[in-house]
Amino acid sequence: MSVRKKSADPKGVLTGVHYLDGDYAIAEGALAAGCRFFAGYPITPSTETAERFAERIPLVGGVFIQMEDEIASIAALIGASWAGVKSMTVTSGPGFSLMMENIGLACMMEVPIVIANVQRGGPSTGLPTLTGQGDMMQVKWGSHGDYEIIALSPDSPQECFDLTIKAFNLSEMYRVPVFIMTDECVGHMHEKVVIPPAEEIEIIERKWYEGPKDKYLPYQPDVDLVPFMVKAGDGYRFHTTGLTHDQRGYPVINAEAQDWCVRHICDKIRLNADKIIEYKEDETDNAEIVVVSYGITSRVAWKAIQDARKAGIKVGSLRLITVWPFPEKRIEELAGKIKAFVVPEINLGQIKREVERAAKGKAPVYPVSHCGGWVHNPDDILKVIKEAAK
Amino acid sequence: MRPEDRLEKKHPMEEFLRMDRMPHIWCSGCGIGIVVTSFIEALQKSEINPDKVCVVSGIGCTGRVAGYLRLDSFHTTHGRPIPFATGLKLANPDLKVVVFSGDGDIVGIGGNHFIHAARRNMDLVVICVNNFNYAMTGGQVAATSPIGANLSTAPYGNFEYPFNLPYLAEACGATYVARWTCLHIRRLTKSIQEALQKRGFSFIEVITPCVTLYARRNRLGDGLNLLRYYYENSEIRHGADTRTLDIGYQGKIIVGKFVDIEKPTFLDCMNNHLRKVLGNKYQPWGVKS
Amino acid sequence: MNEIRFSGFGGQGIIRQGLILGKALSLYDNKFATMTQSFGPEARGSACSSQVVVSDERVLYPYVTKPEILVAMSQEAYEKYEPELREGGTLIIDSDLVRLKPSKRKIKIYSIPSTRFAEEIGNRIYANLVMLGFFAAVTKIVSPEAIKKALPGLVPSRYLDMNIKAFDRGFNYGLEVLEKEAQSKVEKEPKAEKKTAKAKNEGMEK
Ligand SMILES: Cc1ncc(C[n+]2csc(CCOP(=O)(O)OP(=O)(O)O)c2C)c(N)n1
Ligand code: SF4
Ligand SMILES: [Mg+2]
Repeated sequence: MSVRKKSADPKGVLTGVHYLDGDYAIAEGALAAGCRFFAGYPITPSTETAERFAERIPLVGGVFIQMEDEIASIAALIGASWAGVKSMTVTSGPGFSLMMENIGLACMMEVPIVIANVQRGGPSTGLPTLTGQGDMMQVKWGSHGDYEIIALSPDSPQECFDLTIKAFNLSEMYRVPVFIMTDECVGHMHEKVVIPPAEEIEIIERKWYEGPKDKYLPYQPDVDLVPFMVKAGDGYRFHTTGLTHDQRGYPVINAEAQDWCVRHICDKIRLNADKIIEYKEDETDNAEIVVVSYGITSRVAWKAIQDARKAGIKVGSLRLITVWPFPEKRIEELAGKIKAFVVPEINLGQIKREVERAAKGKAPVYPVSHCGGWVHNPDDILKVIKEAAK
Repeated sequence: MRPEDRLEKKHPMEEFLRMDRMPHIWCSGCGIGIVVTSFIEALQKSEINPDKVCVVSGIGCTGRVAGYLRLDSFHTTHGRPIPFATGLKLANPDLKVVVFSGDGDIVGIGGNHFIHAARRNMDLVVICVNNFNYAMTGGQVAATSPIGANLSTAPYGNFEYPFNLPYLAEACGATYVARWTCLHIRRLTKSIQEALQKRGFSFIEVITPCVTLYARRNRLGDGLNLLRYYYENSEIRHGADTRTLDIGYQGKIIVGKFVDIEKPTFLDCMNNHLRKVLGNKYQPWGVKS
Repeated sequence: MNEIRFSGFGGQGIIRQGLILGKALSLYDNKFATMTQSFGPEARGSACSSQVVVSDERVLYPYVTKPEILVAMSQEAYEKYEPELREGGTLIIDSDLVRLKPSKRKIKIYSIPSTRFAEEIGNRIYANLVMLGFFAAVTKIVSPEAIKKALPGLVPSRYLDMNIKAFDRGFNYGLEVLEKEAQSKVEKEPKAEKKTAKAKNEGMEK
């Protein structure tokens, strides 16, 4: 594969040990990853990322622009990315909803961009200042049509930093929008964040096309299914569109072209899923119960898991780092061996349904759900673990 | 046919057209093609390296322009070519970015982006094809439809006040504002040329016939009849007060160049301001040393 | 594990207290410290608070539920947060700004005129650092060196010295208070010999 690895540009890397909240850590992760364009619109609880970027970027070299709304913000990202500059935005529920149409555009045009969603309670204006994990399905399905994206879920400010870099790397590697699905609690929580020296940060560069100009096809899949990219202004005179298109990027309005185009943008993620998916397992080998969790909820769940083990229950943990694509194979494998899954999350069972789907009826799935506004009390999770173990 | 003969027959604008996409989708008698021709001519006459020119369109009949121009061309979503172009331009300030789209796209659904890009004096050329309706979707009422005109979603005639686009653009801060009809090809070309040379937010409105929908529904005849209407009812008045530029149904059309001023662009302001405040710590963006 | 809440009204630097403490502990005292604050409508009113959860291991549940230590720098904050203070916990107040209500709870109380001390130093805005110094002395949760290392970046560099001065003022006062406490304990020693009686009385102590 022609993906190029290098170390981070030291200009953007604030090497050292810091005490940051998750929002700030996302901004630092972006700068370390080489993001030099940020367009956004203020919304609680994500605004601190924009503020931090606005403060830091003039010292690093790049652009921060506060757009007129979230629709403009994501449109600007796609434009900036075509100009060859890594770009990102950050938002929360209402702004995320406004971005949906152009998320589809980014998928269709196969443009690398990174979007952080610091989730709050929804729907609508909901709970601006309080936490939620209710956008986990929206990020997967919110734009119309079939497409695939990648979504990561950090559980701490440190992971906000680490996973933002990972998000940029995945985005550049697969020419796809990548989402950092964090939440108000992590976004506003201050903790120690270690930023390593630039040379220890691995950056994956876009797959730039280097062949003859007249042979370039913007949507010709490479061996890994990901097409090579060029940037505006380099003389390729390429065309790209949100319409169904062929490998030249020209619109073709028929069922055949649709089949090729849509399968292509889905397959490049689906068939590479094993390489993309990351999760952390703990004591799942002999487990009777496996707790599947992500983001802030996995921290709280960890407390419940420890308490349950003390009470003699064999509990394993599967913490999702990538929520999408979903590790369905692993879930199915586990389902064949265990008694039940427990899925705590700050919504009414979004990922629980996904676990259920992947488990294919081989193990029951117990939700521990609430609508948002607070993180779980570990005892509530413990109670369900005990019930599932009965 | 021998290759040599083909060379002679080469379309004079082939360098700038995606010939492999012809024929285009526009109706015969539609004015959009005329504006495209005018744009290419302006580009040919200008000194600009076409490799550095990007065209961004939204969705609509006019939105298809990006697909036919052999330039780096972006066919985006409805209403969003201006913010898309903003990102493109800011990320690579060496590019000359042109937004080419319809009236519905630019000042209807995209109106908010339009006023803000003008306010910021974003360095873009915006060419707005005004055919008084939403053509692509079948001739619905638009923010530019004259009072009294009949549209598919105003079947008893339009009663909403339309925008006066040059006035809107000037009020929002555009540094170059002109209006032409697609009868004024030479002058339109010159305007596009001027806008391409200029730094800042340039806005050119082009009144264009939609023969198939707007004209047919209002029984205004074919393309020729509409050009005759432009010929008889348009008046060149350079520097006219933009407040006086409303267009009534089949009424007078004042055309000309109304605004041509110099003002620092968004990037100029950003670089100047931050350099002033931050001194040597500031890392300028898009400034050639 | 320790749960700590700083509280007062907006403008007193309450959030800053949490930030400085959290940073000091996790960067320079080798602890895990998670700092959170109240946002939004809750934070708009006059009562303002920041919370720090401190532990030798990774903090899992990030919020304070029943703090062991409550620092109150306004009457409203004291009244709002005192009921959640854990039995046997510690209440630290600004003695000029908080009037204690009669209570039968078994809690330890320390008080300092932090705002007055800050004014003596030059500006009441240093009251948060005076209080933090006092807090460090009486609770011994954080080392004064760690706090001083944590200050750069969290207070304007021009006023770093003043902030350190304010911190020291509070810290030294805290040491004095502890000393007096120890002395009075020694004086009371004979009485304390009757252990059962003491235990009975503990609930009434303060
Ligand atoms: C979000 C969204 N809403 C509606 C549409 C449908 N639509 C496509 S083109 C168009 C109107 C285009 O009008 P205009 O910009 O004036 O272009 P014209 O076709 O007249 O050149 C509409 C409403 C769309 N594509 N996207
Ligand atoms: S419908 Fe109207 S605007 Fe569209 S191509 Fe035909 S004439 Fe032109
Ligand atoms: Mg139109």
